[in-house]
Amino acid sequence: MSWALPLPVAVPLIAAALLVMGGAVLPRPVQDAIAIAAAATATAFALVILAASERHDVLHWFGGWHPHGGIALGISFTVDPLGAGMAALACGLDLIALVYSWTFMRRQSQTFNVLMLTLGGAMAGFALTGDIFNMFVWFELTGVSAYALAGFMVEDLGPLQGAINFAVTNTVGAYIVLMGIALLYARTDALNLAQVGRTLEHRPADRLVIVAFALIATGLMVRAAIVPFHFWLADAHAASPVPVCTLLSGAVVTLGIFFITRVYWTAFAGPLHMHEDGVRDVLVTLGVLTALLGAVVCMLQRHVKRLLAYSTISQAGLMLFGVALLDPRSLAGVAALVLAHGLLKGGLFLVCGIILVELRDIDELRLHGAGRRLHGTAVLWLLGSIGLVGIPPVGIFLGRQLLGEGASEQGFAWLAAIGAIASGICAGAMLRAGARIFLGWGAKEDDLLSPEPDEQTLEHHVSVRLMAAVAGVVIVLGLAASLVPGLEARTQLAAERFADTSAYRAAVLHGAAHGDAAAHLSFSFLTVDTASALYGVAALAIAAATAAFGLWHRRLPEGFRRLGSRVLWPPVTVVRNAHSGIVGDYLLWLSAGAVAVAAVWALTL
Amino acid sequence: MTILVYAVVAWVFAIGIYGAIISRNLIHLALCLTVTQSSTYILLLALGYKHGARAPIFKDVKLGTAAVDPVVQSLTLTDVVVSVTVIALVLALALDVHRQSGSIDPDDINTLNG
Repeated sequence: MSWALPLPVAVPLIAAALLVMGGAVLPRPVQDAIAIAAAATATAFALVILAASERHDVLHWFGGWHPHGGIALGISFTVDPLGAGMAALACGLDLIALVYSWTFMRRQSQTFNVLMLTLGGAMAGFALTGDIFNMFVWFELTGVSAYALAGFMVEDLGPLQGAINFAVTNTVGAYIVLMGIALLYARTDALNLAQVGRTLEHRPADRLVIVAFALIATGLMVRAAIVPFHFWLADAHAASPVPVCTLLSGAVVTLGIFFITRVYWTAFAGPLHMHEDGVRDVLVTLGVLTALLGAVVCMLQRHVKRLLAYSTISQAGLMLFGVALLDPRSLAGVAALVLAHGLLKGGLFLVCGIILVELRDIDELRLHGAGRRLHGTAVLWLLGSIGLVGIPPVGIFLGRQLLGEGASEQGFAWLAAIGAIASGICAGAMLRAGARIFLGWGAKEDDLLSPEPDEQTLEHHVSVRLMAAVAGVVIVLGLAASLVPGLEARTQLAAERFADTSAYRAAVLHGAAHGDAAAHLSFSFLTVDTASALYGVAALAIAAATAAFGLWHRRLPEGFRRLGSRVLWPPVTVVRNAHSGIVGDYLLWLSAGAVAVAAVWALTL
Repeated sequence: MTILVYAVVAWVFAIGIYGAIISRNLIHLALCLTVTQSSTYILLLALGYKHGARAPIFKDVKLGTAAVDPVVQSLTLTDVVVSVTVIALVLALALDVHRQSGSIDPDDINTLNG
């Protein structure tokens, strides 16, 4: 199987190069077909690799530089089921976005296809690599193609501003990661993650190692859109074409979370073992802050793409605190959450594209009642929003259940409640937007919501049927993600292997394959536990309440409203002003946050 | 000596970020990013430096001759290549911003607040 590992990266990158070369001579349908075929091939290989990795870790040493006597000099792709699953999700979303764009992105389709393929290949490399400097290269390549895609509509200022904010903040994040990698190399003389982990294993964590971890983690948190590093995300989403939003929310952000986890378990779990509590406290705090702040700001948006973007931030917070619990069960929950959220959120962005084409706008208030005739689109929107509530047994439910179980085992049972509240508020905001647009419910004006400029639509000859079909498939897959028989057991087994660092090292450095790990897996159906079911129902109630409040808060009694606005308005204004859209402000938050995280860890661990 | 190197790295990184934070000009901003990035070169090269060692070219050299670490040098090269694309992209975006709005002040193009 080893030979197949580079293919999910190589196929899209080679196809991208071919499209650049042949762009002038090949007719447009041929170019589109090549792009879609390449993305489909990459997805197929990623799925094959996923199936193979369920038995044992799969490795590929580039140029045949195998480790010798337990010392790794070469660069490897090291793949376990979570990495392969991440690669499959990224490639799959890339494929879906390309099919969707067949009619949606006609102008400049050559450049668009090339950038989408580059982004897809880079994301697969990010997910598969087992070398920390190689990771940095994929981090930058993912970034650079995503920046270009975010600024794709260069005729408008909004996309340009979104792309610049995205590029500048993430580039600084990359430099912070690189600093951390350099310090780590200085301490260990190694770049292969297994080798780094082996060298650090039995040493106590000194300041250098702690600072290296802090730098790598904060740099990756910029990509993962964790408060206070999250500002770029909403700007980039608001301005990007919708297929790009699908990739940004579905895979680019979650890859940041994925690699924080990867680096922690493979390299730092040994030296930081004594300091688990300190690491956990900081990351859980940031995760909770992100989940709640993202949810609150999500509720204040009227630009629907921006609303979805803040809900992605909120979900990234959930994922971060799941990872931060540092136990396999929560990690399995995060994996299930990443899958279901990626598909559902991706699907909702694709529905936004349909709204843009049909109604020529994406602003909830301006579109009040305008979508009454779009029944199919309304159903898709409803299904996607319901999937993100996390009611049993669909959508993100499995992820939240595993996460909640893991959290209560670790003594953080309240995190399950935070998860339900955050998901509920975000889904409520989506339901509110849907009710306004498709049903014409609620007030036509709402001074709570941030004002937004117009957004131009791009195409005139699009096939809405194709777009709706693609969006429908993705949303149904996302809803079904919790129901797949055996997925619960599989993610748990995968997470246990992910956290089993010594087996990982043995596999990488000594080629020791542990026995067939997947042999005793059974196709069991999802078991819903009562507490998680109650949290799911509570999240639905919160969603309904949020939606109703958003639609009809003017009907509340006058005195109650005045009191509410006096108490809530000042903090809301502060939060809103912080999201200024000015890149300098974002960098200030970023550097303050990075210094704070590094200082807390350096002083307390 | 080594403390001095780290101090320089921190200083160069900090002034780069500071310049980017207060920047009122997108081209200036891109250059500030390059300054920030230079700190990573200094750090990488300093980590591989050895007193009295030669460049890592091993043609016609006796085995066992001390050389500086070639790995960090190739990391630096990769870093240069990767980051040049980013800077080029930011500059291209700045050009488009100027074409659209006649200004390259990030504060003037703000359409995305809140």
